[in-house]
Amino acid sequence: MTRRRALAPALWLCCLAAATLVVARARYITDLSAFLPAKPTPTQQLLVEQLRDGPASRLILIAIDQGDAAARARASAAIADLLRGDRQFSSVNNGAAVAAQRDREYLFGHRYLLSDAVTPAHFSVSGLRAAIADTIDELASPAGLLLKSLLPSDPTGEMLHMLDELARTPAPAMHGGVWTSADGARALLVAQTSARGSDTDAQEHAVAAIRAAFAAATRELPPGGAPSLRLGLSGPGVFAVSARAKIERAAVRLSIAGGLLVVLLLFAVYRSPVAVALGLAPVASGALVGVAAVALGFGAVHGITLGFGITLIGESVDYSIYYFVSARSRRGNTDTAAWQRTWWPTVRLGMLTSVCGFASLLPSGFPGLAQLGLYSISGLVAAALVTRFVLPALLPDGFGIRDVATLGARVAALLRPVRRLPASRLALFGLTLAALLLAVLVRHGPLWNRELAALSPISAEDQRYDAGLRADLGAADVRELVIVSGPTLDSALGLAERTARALEPLVDARVLGGVDNPADYLPSAATQETRRASLPGPDPLRENLRQAVADLPIDAAGLQPFVQDVDAARHAPLVSAADLRGTSLAAGFDALVLPESNRWNALLPLHAAVAGQAIDTARVRAALQGAQLPEAIVLDLKQESDALYAGYLTEAIRLSLLGGLAITVLLGLALRSPLRVARVLAPLLLAVLTVTGGLALCGVQLTLLHLVGMLLIVAVGSNYALFFDRQAAPHEAGSEAVTLASLVIANASTVIGFGLLSFSQVPVLVALGTTVAPGAFLALVFAALFARAEASHA
Amino acid sequence: MKRLAGGMLALACLCAADDFDQVMRLLAARRHGHVEFIEQQFLAVLKRPIESSGELFYDAPDRLEKRTSQPRAEDLVLAGGELTVERHGRRRVLDLQRFPQIRPFIESIRATLAGDRSALERVFHVEFTGDVHRWSLTLVPLDRQLLRTLSEVRIDGSLDQLHRVEIRQPDGDRSLLTLRPAAAP
Repeated sequence: MTRRRALAPALWLCCLAAATLVVARARYITDLSAFLPAKPTPTQQLLVEQLRDGPASRLILIAIDQGDAAARARASAAIADLLRGDRQFSSVNNGAAVAAQRDREYLFGHRYLLSDAVTPAHFSVSGLRAAIADTIDELASPAGLLLKSLLPSDPTGEMLHMLDELARTPAPAMHGGVWTSADGARALLVAQTSARGSDTDAQEHAVAAIRAAFAAATRELPPGGAPSLRLGLSGPGVFAVSARAKIERAAVRLSIAGGLLVVLLLFAVYRSPVAVALGLAPVASGALVGVAAVALGFGAVHGITLGFGITLIGESVDYSIYYFVSARSRRGNTDTAAWQRTWWPTVRLGMLTSVCGFASLLPSGFPGLAQLGLYSISGLVAAALVTRFVLPALLPDGFGIRDVATLGARVAALLRPVRRLPASRLALFGLTLAALLLAVLVRHGPLWNRELAALSPISAEDQRYDAGLRADLGAADVRELVIVSGPTLDSALGLAERTARALEPLVDARVLGGVDNPADYLPSAATQETRRASLPGPDPLRENLRQAVADLPIDAAGLQPFVQDVDAARHAPLVSAADLRGTSLAAGFDALVLPESNRWNALLPLHAAVAGQAIDTARVRAALQGAQLPEAIVLDLKQESDALYAGYLTEAIRLSLLGGLAITVLLGLALRSPLRVARVLAPLLLAVLTVTGGLALCGVQLTLLHLVGMLLIVAVGSNYALFFDRQAAPHEAGSEAVTLASLVIANASTVIGFGLLSFSQVPVLVALGTTVAPGAFLALVFAALFARAEASHA
Repeated sequence: MKRLAGGMLALACLCAADDFDQVMRLLAARRHGHVEFIEQQFLAVLKRPIESSGELFYDAPDRLEKRTSQPRAEDLVLAGGELTVERHGRRRVLDLQRFPQIRPFIESIRATLAGDRSALERVFHVEFTGDVHRWSLTLVPLDRQLLRTLSEVRIDGSLDQLHRVEIRQPDGDRSLLTLRPAAAP
């Protein structure tokens, strides 16, 4: 016995040391990929990459509010200047002419390789005549003023043609030389970070750099007079940064607050610091082992898993409470041997029931859920084992907590009037079911929320602000896009060109409003070569030109710069992505190409013919099939991500039901009586149904996290029900007051832990808290009412 | 004698100022306008002037439509600070705020049609000659930057009718818009 007493703590310390080492060296992920699939299909893979690392994920929208228009415009210019010099940003655009000037240089300098009007026929006599006549017409219009100086070198109007092609995406309004919202009340900038959107640390730095630039810009403004300016930021990176901060803050604060409250509770009950410290040993061990198990099992730990760390306090602290309260002998010390013989099997069964519940999360394709499952299982097993084998060895001689049976007796007195009513059990059942039915009938929408956004840690207010900025910038969210990919950037661009050509008939037929194409910014090398080859030499061009302008009001002699530029283009190197750098077009281009480890994806966002109208993706697919582009993927981002989540939800519900079945089987094996199993399960089921009904009545749509919460109700509540069941069995009867006391204390700690989660600002934590806190309490109440009703019959 | 001359000059100016305001009031009172136009553009790069013709429509205070029928159809609509050009079945929208150099070309005509003297004087140095029955406005941009693309706009008219708009550019290019009441449909 002595050897064993020494062995368990030694082993425990070794395990703790190993776990600490693993936890210290583990990799922690704080992006939102916990909500994205672990084993995606190719389409899902693209979707996940879009959400995590796509160019859109690198956009930061900057708004400057309040103050007066002039101050906003000056601040916008100052911020853009500062950020353009910062390597963290690949592009910064506020609509100012700086970028516009570079854009014009890029387009004009490479016009004969970039313009899709360039073909051999374009430079024939009739082609030149038509193009030049058209340009002369343009001169007559107000915009012609801008073209007049270009005419001698660009008589065929390539510049205007390219601007037209690129101008199809709407540009923001301008006031004072910078982008503003439509009403002019807010200056707007768009910055694109060099780092990926999923690199939350880099995004945090970028956000800090923008805030610093704003502070510097506002310092430069003359003080007084106008009200001070206000900075607003939005975008995926900004959201990720604030969500991480929120989750970390919530996890840390709530864990500390929950821990403190539980310590206070335990101290109030035990009145002994030693007992409190010992009581927390299983909790701490469980949390440590849980994180270590996740790190070992998954290679990395999601921040959100740590956020749930508090959930473990709720259940694992119960074990030591059961132990200390029910092992207290009449003499006031702790009778471990008797406890291990009579009470431990029940605690063990309760623990195994919880493990069955959480095991149902393990096969989930949702890394966040699978991690939560593993974390809870390993944490609970560790906490139970520490309670059983380590805690007894650690107890000082003669250790015993004060008598709490009076508390139990008081609770029993409270329950007595209700228990006397023999029909109360049925009435309870009927009432709960009726309430649930009513709740489901009364509510308007479906019970389950099947949209991915339901899990988003971003508040609805932030999402509205973001949508507002995007609408102002004309960068409305694209829902449908075509993705083609090739081994090189150039091959992807070539496929993008073929895709755009295949979709042209649909644009003409007004099935589509337009297609954005990266090759509009940078054509593939093959296309550029074809265009370069179609440029005539100086002598034939001069001759064609002479004939073409014969009956036009222009002299061929005045067009010498044109002949020179065409000749220069014949010998110029092809345009590459490097030429785009420094232009505002680079942002547009970067937004449409997405490198992977060994492939390049080209994205072609589709615009609806009428804004806000759905796109007929079936016709898009048919057009691509017809053009022998079967490898092109048509992606409906929202539908795809919602389908993904709905799939998870369905899977999780199915797995939870399987978990429920496993629990039933386990209880059947352990209790060997269908009646006892029913008696244990009924209060749990009722608690879950009541909470569901309550949430539905409050207008809450259920998400995955509510489902996890229900599992937790079953996990925690099964302990209560099993204790009452044990109490009802005649040969195991102990003091009912002791049972009640340990359960009430355990329940209070659980309700405190989860109740605190409800005050978090993170929606997923709120979902968990509002489900488990009332659920655990109800499970205890129902279990108490049910068990006693049976016992009085016996 | 000198004093008399001075007095007469002052009186003439006063009358002119009076007439200017009166013309502006007459123009402002007109809510709609519909005229035919012939436009000639004399550009140095071209051997011959470009000639076009069509109709002009005006709705107070800021909608102006220029519907060219010859030699090629083109529809140009100014509304709410946006210039929409439609030709060859293709629409192009120019936000005038983004093209400050185009703005005075259009604003000169729009503000005159609207009888908006203060709008004119915000952008131009305005000189009024003649009287209500036969008047002439010469507009010279106040902004140095604008002077590089636009030398002056001269608008001739009588009462609330515009007859002729001539726009001169510093490089010698100019355009001449001749207006006459539309033939009854």
